[in-house]
Amino acid sequence: MKGKLLLLAAMLMGIFSTSSFAQLKLNGAGATFPYVIYSKWFDVYHQKTGIEFNYQSIGSGGGIRQVTAGTVDFGASDAYLSEDQMKTIEQKQGTSVIHIPTVMGAVVLSYNLPKVGKGLKLTPEVLSDIFMGKITMWNDSKITAINSGLNLPNDPILVAHRSDGSGTTNIFTGYMSKVSKEWADKVGSGTSVNWPVGLGGKGNEGVAGIIKQTEGSIGYVELAYAVQNGLPYASLKNKAGYFVEPTFDAVSAAAAGFVKNMPADLRVNITNADGKDSYPISGFTWLLIYQYMKDKQKVEALKNFIKWAVTDGEKYAKDLYYAPLPKEVVKLDLKKVDLITYKK
Amino acid sequence: MSDSEKVKENFNIEQQAKKPAASFLNLKSLFSKNPGDLVFENITRFFAFIVFLLVFIMAFEMIKASMPSIKQFGLKFITGTEWDPVDEIYGALPYIWGTLFSSLLALIVSIPLSLSVAIFLSEFAPKWLEKPISLLVEMLAAIPSIVYGLFGIFVLVPLLRTTVEPFLGKELGFLPFFKGAPYGFGMMAAAIILTVMILPIITSISRDVMRSIPDSQREASYALGATKWETIKVVLSGSKSGILGAILLGFGRAVGETMAVTMVIGNRADISLSLFNPSHTMASVIANEFTEAISDLYISSLIEIALILFIITIILNAIARLIVWGVTKKYSGALN
Repeated sequence: MKGKLLLLAAMLMGIFSTSSFAQLKLNGAGATFPYVIYSKWFDVYHQKTGIEFNYQSIGSGGGIRQVTAGTVDFGASDAYLSEDQMKTIEQKQGTSVIHIPTVMGAVVLSYNLPKVGKGLKLTPEVLSDIFMGKITMWNDSKITAINSGLNLPNDPILVAHRSDGSGTTNIFTGYMSKVSKEWADKVGSGTSVNWPVGLGGKGNEGVAGIIKQTEGSIGYVELAYAVQNGLPYASLKNKAGYFVEPTFDAVSAAAAGFVKNMPADLRVNITNADGKDSYPISGFTWLLIYQYMKDKQKVEALKNFIKWAVTDGEKYAKDLYYAPLPKEVVKLDLKKVDLITYKK
Repeated sequence: MSDSEKVKENFNIEQQAKKPAASFLNLKSLFSKNPGDLVFENITRFFAFIVFLLVFIMAFEMIKASMPSIKQFGLKFITGTEWDPVDEIYGALPYIWGTLFSSLLALIVSIPLSLSVAIFLSEFAPKWLEKPISLLVEMLAAIPSIVYGLFGIFVLVPLLRTTVEPFLGKELGFLPFFKGAPYGFGMMAAAIILTVMILPIITSISRDVMRSIPDSQREASYALGATKWETIKVVLSGSKSGILGAILLGFGRAVGETMAVTMVIGNRADISLSLFNPSHTMASVIANEFTEAISDLYISSLIEIALILFIITIILNAIARLIVWGVTKKYSGALN
């Protein structure tokens, strides 16, 4: 009986696996933000090819630590590696790391002003003043000046931010540092910062909880989270001077605006992008791949997977609330993939 | 077997029973004992020693991992009030303050509450009422902390923000405890959630301890003409050490509680006496920031916070033990 079952299993495997990698298993770890689409990709790709992926969404920081320690086949991060981190990995693992942008996300400013509803507009200057604690009331002349149609209340502003270290915070504070010199000097950018004002919520749901519960609050969350939960969000004045609502197209436009001056290693912060349609607080999320890998089968498998993910795989992005890569970036990705090689 | 032999045998058994932990492996008794007993004895001894080893390894690993931060900041780590991952400046005082203050507040509120419940259950309640109340109290302890957190966000925080805090601010605003804007999220919400979380622990242990006081003592007290209240005082003084132990277990739970607290406390590293003020705790900051901490000094600082939490817990427990021993000694002395 057992023998027959095994035979049957073997036959089924033969039918369903189209490649010779049936037993191959790739381990990865890192960012939580792209976890939903990565799981989708891994699942679909597993059904197509039989290659198994084991991805632990332990956070970008954890992913980078594991890549540095060499305990995974690939990592994933919402922030690109610093020069120091790249050097450390090269020393420890004897290979450089390639950054592959996979999808994009945006960070939106959600708020709770029941009498105002949708349609709040913000400029980078006002945003920075709010988060620095300089503007404390909703009917401050700086806010009313750009929101002429809205009847803003005479209420205090409550700022909500993430209390846990996160890629979302990294994108948001990165943007703030770009548009406000004061922010860059006093607060800076990173996955956790020393906030001048406000309450901290754990995770997107924590921040959304504070916003939902507190009239007069404003905070930043991932676009996907705001859309799924029906939170109102502000349109933001971009570099070209237009007020842009955060939409998937506006995010893709931001990436496209950066293609011309994309650095060769694809480590780029696309906040405050050029172009009149670009939403200014958006960012890539990256796969971190060793350039030289010691397992021939894994090299082939990983290369094929990435090629598939950034081309065919992108079609799943919008349904899962991610902004797909613009074609120009996909091209750059495909060139990068060719650099991954087998080396003992 | 003659009588003298029997006495000798008994004496041997007594000797063995007196010094079971003289050596790690009790080889001497290898031949005089049932081999099954011996195996069992050594297995249990092995696991008992593992506890020592575990605590030792934990302490050692934490000290080792927090060395970079200890070297960099020294004592300033404990006295510093700034926590800035961007500039790599780490001071843990606001977190230490938040942990101790919130736990202490929870304790102050929950001690009278839980002792009242325990006294009622053990001394007054009829059987048909006692069973369901005990069950409900114990069920409170089984609720996962994330559920308490959600209850905090969706029920408690709005209530505090719209009703309780504005009222307290208006009526008692001259006290340092009720100053500032009523956010709802903050020390008060955390302390209330913690109170509810430690209430079942203190209640059920205190009740069991009081129940274990033999009825003969109560009867003796009545026989001497004592009132019900005086009799309860006798019961309470007999269960002092047990109740103290219960309180300290509750305190331990409050100090270590992470999820529910971080969801309602506002997560701002401030030191303030005001219950309205957002605060932060040691356990929360570790849970919040560890996953995304990349630089070595950052990780090391978070581990040093864990080390401080570990040390605080040990000190608290040591104090508790000393008090319990003191009380027990005094009490047993009085009995003799």
